[in-house]
Amino acid sequence: MRNTFINTLCDLANEHEDVFLLCGDLGYSVLEPFADRFPNRFLNVGIAEQNMTLVASGLAREGYNVFTYSIGNFPTLRCMEQIRYDVCYHDANVKVVAVGAGYAYGPQGVSHHTTEDIAMMRALPKMKVCVPADPQEAKAAAAFMVSHRGPGYVRLNKSGEPRLHELLRPSQFRPGRFIKVRDGNDTLVLTTGAIVHSIAKEMSSTFPGWALWTSPFVGDYDPITLIELGQSFNRIVTVEEHQLNGGFGSSLIEALSDLYAEGKLHRMPFVQRLAIPNVFVSTSGTQDYLRDAAGLTLASLAI
Amino acid sequence: MIDYVEFSRLIRLKALDMCHKKRTSHIGGAFSVADILAVLYGGFLNVDPDAPCDPERDRVFYSKGHACTALYAALGIRGFFNDADLLTDFTRDGSYFTSHVNHRVPGVELSTGSLGHALGVACGCAVALQEQKRSNLVVTILSDGELDEGSNWEAILFAAHHRLDNLVAIVDYNKIQSFGAVEDIMNLEPLADKFRSFNWEVEQVDGHNHVSVQSALARFRSSHSRRPKCLIAHTVKGKGVDFMEGRLAWHYQSPSDDEYRRARMQLELFNA
Repeated sequence: MRNTFINTLCDLANEHEDVFLLCGDLGYSVLEPFADRFPNRFLNVGIAEQNMTLVASGLAREGYNVFTYSIGNFPTLRCMEQIRYDVCYHDANVKVVAVGAGYAYGPQGVSHHTTEDIAMMRALPKMKVCVPADPQEAKAAAAFMVSHRGPGYVRLNKSGEPRLHELLRPSQFRPGRFIKVRDGNDTLVLTTGAIVHSIAKEMSSTFPGWALWTSPFVGDYDPITLIELGQSFNRIVTVEEHQLNGGFGSSLIEALSDLYAEGKLHRMPFVQRLAIPNVFVSTSGTQDYLRDAAGLTLASLAI
Repeated sequence: MIDYVEFSRLIRLKALDMCHKKRTSHIGGAFSVADILAVLYGGFLNVDPDAPCDPERDRVFYSKGHACTALYAALGIRGFFNDADLLTDFTRDGSYFTSHVNHRVPGVELSTGSLGHALGVACGCAVALQEQKRSNLVVTILSDGELDEGSNWEAILFAAHHRLDNLVAIVDYNKIQSFGAVEDIMNLEPLADKFRSFNWEVEQVDGHNHVSVQSALARFRSSHSRRPKCLIAHTVKGKGVDFMEGRLAWHYQSPSDDEYRRARMQLELFNA
């Protein structure tokens, strides 16, 4: 999905002459097509993510639609305050793109495990948080972020994700909306990001009657969609390759609880969250190994 | 052209009024930068109070946002907003005049207050203006203490590498930072050599000598050296009021009624 996102961005940059891409000295064999086609709208700022974010803000104020790109924690947590203050507070047209969601860089250690970024990014006012699940969602994410004016965050897995959806219409792919993968009764599994693939596999053998949807955005939920969801399902299982605290599941519970408190939702659905249990995993391991170790399987649910 | 001496005196008087009336801090850093702001807003900069967002303006990124009183005073006197309301509005509940500069105020390009942000933003702006073949100058005003922030050194490398000769960084080198003397907390010397070795064009001036500041900036504007420019302005914290000059306490303290009267008297007599 990383290549799909960048290639789509590349195609869109051809029509949208304001698209500018900055990278923090990462992106070998991924960013070259953009750099070659648009040398005047590409800069490698070196290994300096704080400055990358500041430069992005400076370019954006002069009219550019700026994308910053690096691995996981580097364009996000490393420069959190620059994102908060120079991007979000100034409503700068800057999109932060992080590659290597969750345990995508599993064997490389905790420095490369991106497991708190959703919580951090969704805490920021104005930030649109997008977590694509497959190449189709990644493609739609690029299109959404090119057309969106203001701060955005795109959390990409890495590579090799199979295609989950048919072609997505822009109306399907926007904050607050979910995308159906398959219908079912009683229990809805709602996932964000590339973890959907292992969950879908597990579901087809173990829980064939359950529904599966993806949530390509975290936050900004559409109240009517949530109310319908609360009425249609007795149980919701959220799944994310991110820690429990402050993540996707948290965001959904907050939104449901607020609707319930406001009297718009008559019954609070039973929500179970599958997420990393607020720990650092110090061992090496493939993405699949670490997902299992962190309990990111439906089998680990207390049902 | 505005009389720089008179303009800087008015900036200091206004900043003194604000710090006294609203019991706010950082008068020392406001007084050290007052003469630099008088030159910038008194004629050097191409800015129009009636069109603060004119694309043809020079951009100013005021990194030492804590010394807000001096910038608000300068902008108010130049007519970016109604100067008469400033004393009331400053830090009033519901007003945009926060005690670290706020871009909601006309003429303020960037909110600052967290240090080490403006130079990087100025770099991005300078890249954009070069790309768009605009000749406007991008000016950023830094404090000395904030050069401790690593983000500034990322930006200093970047500016030189990308040959941003439309970028001017002015360091208000008043030698005192938050908790003591710069040389004791985190020595910057040899500061000019540091910038030169990073491939910047550097000038050092007495930051209270309007003619020197103005001439150095004018040389920078006409120089196309393909290097970013740094003006190290040697200043005195609390400049203009004898009992504030060079004293750390005035990074925090707001003047008592008696101190206010004495300070006012000194500033009014100065060059009167």
